[in-house]
Amino acid sequence: MRFRPLEPAERDTVEFEFDGQRIRAPQGISVAAALLRNGNVACRMTPAGNAPRGPHCMMGVCFECVVEVEGLGARQACMLQVAPGLRLRSAGKT
Amino acid sequence: MTDLRYDVLVIGGGLIGTAVAFGLLNKHLKVAVADQGDTAHRAARGNFGLVWVQSKGSTFRPYAALTRRSAETWPRLAAELREVSGIDPGFQQAGGVTFCHSESEFAQRADFMRHQFDADLPYPDAYRMLGREELARLVPGIGPKVVGASYCKLDGCANSLRLLRALHTACQKLGGRYLPNSNVKAVRPLASGFTIESASGPVFAERVVLAAGLGNAALAPSVGLETPLKPVRGQILVTEKTGALLPVPSHLIRQMDEGTIIIGDSQEDVGFDDGTELGVLGTISARALDSLPALAQLRVVRAWGALRVMSPDGFPLYQQSVRHRGAFAFSVHSGVTLAAIHAYQLADAVALGALPESLAPFSEERLALQAA
Repeated sequence: MRFRPLEPAERDTVEFEFDGQRIRAPQGISVAAALLRNGNVACRMTPAGNAPRGPHCMMGVCFECVVEVEGLGARQACMLQVAPGLRLRSAGKT
Repeated sequence: MTDLRYDVLVIGGGLIGTAVAFGLLNKHLKVAVADQGDTAHRAARGNFGLVWVQSKGSTFRPYAALTRRSAETWPRLAAELREVSGIDPGFQQAGGVTFCHSESEFAQRADFMRHQFDADLPYPDAYRMLGREELARLVPGIGPKVVGASYCKLDGCANSLRLLRALHTACQKLGGRYLPNSNVKAVRPLASGFTIESASGPVFAERVVLAAGLGNAALAPSVGLETPLKPVRGQILVTEKTGALLPVPSHLIRQMDEGTIIIGDSQEDVGFDDGTELGVLGTISARALDSLPALAQLRVVRAWGALRVMSPDGFPLYQQSVRHRGAFAFSVHSGVTLAAIHAYQLADAVALGALPESLAPFSEERLALQAA
């Protein structure tokens, strides 16, 4: 499954890394939006049942889209803007 | 508008009202639950969710006995709710601990537990005092200040939000009528039975159960009862979800089945203010960090305040009106721990039309004696 943007991206793009994969995304969008746009629907595993979870509310409330940010720890992907050189990995993956 | 006639009308759709309604519906009575809307204070939503025995009723022994009985009956309630509603209330009963942060706290706790379980109300093997090493085998992450804990096997926990949803769903599946957005101001006793104005029109019932939390204080006089209650605020911190850190609950910290850790148990007299306050949250988190230092690595994602329904001496009030025998008022702050009593014993009493002798210590006469 892949989310498609309503308008074609005409903005400058940046490149970041997620689980070793290089992802290019328009500047100014959130990491959660960039992951969905790229087809990365799941971005973490639940600590209790080890089940996949991904962005849901896109507004900082549900905490489903948590990712590990290198140097920062766990962050909500929907509250984080894409930035060049950002290195992320799935949260809770063992 | 058609008349709505019921055997029992329950006023209040929180943990107390729905537990009693569930019990009554199991007895095939015709039951309606009148509830407020989403802005109700709803203590059930702030409940820490413990089924907690070890520290209850040390100065009032009938409360200790009641709490034990509820903890023993909880497995039946959890199983029946799962079966009827299809929702798992998240009940676990692997015991609970009270952490002791100094040798003197440990010694005091040991005395307290002896008084609770070895003296006038003996309960063989209910508890053990765990030294630091034994506790570390149960909870490997304890901090350096922790010298031990009291462990009680009767303690457990549930997920209070799922419990409330399970009770509501079960009541509807058993044919109960739910009357939302009914801000009941008074109950009117009739020659036979009672009536209220609900959002769906007038409702008539043979019996009425007031289970409106703090609202019982204002409703009780309309059926000839006096129910003095005051709000006591508790604040709770919720962390992000994490792997297993705490296999059994304490009354200050517990880990939910989804992985969040909740930290709580403040007791504040702040009227009807259900907000949060940094000073209090700082105090409760400092104590929690001493118990489990790994909490420092976790982000807090939510904090909230909620109001406990407190009687003058803090113990449950189970009242039946002398003037209007069909009217009952139940006011409790331990809606999770006592849910099994409410679903079975209290529901039996309402169906029968009389509170049993064993619940006499929970009438308002207790308060009159204390005042005298």
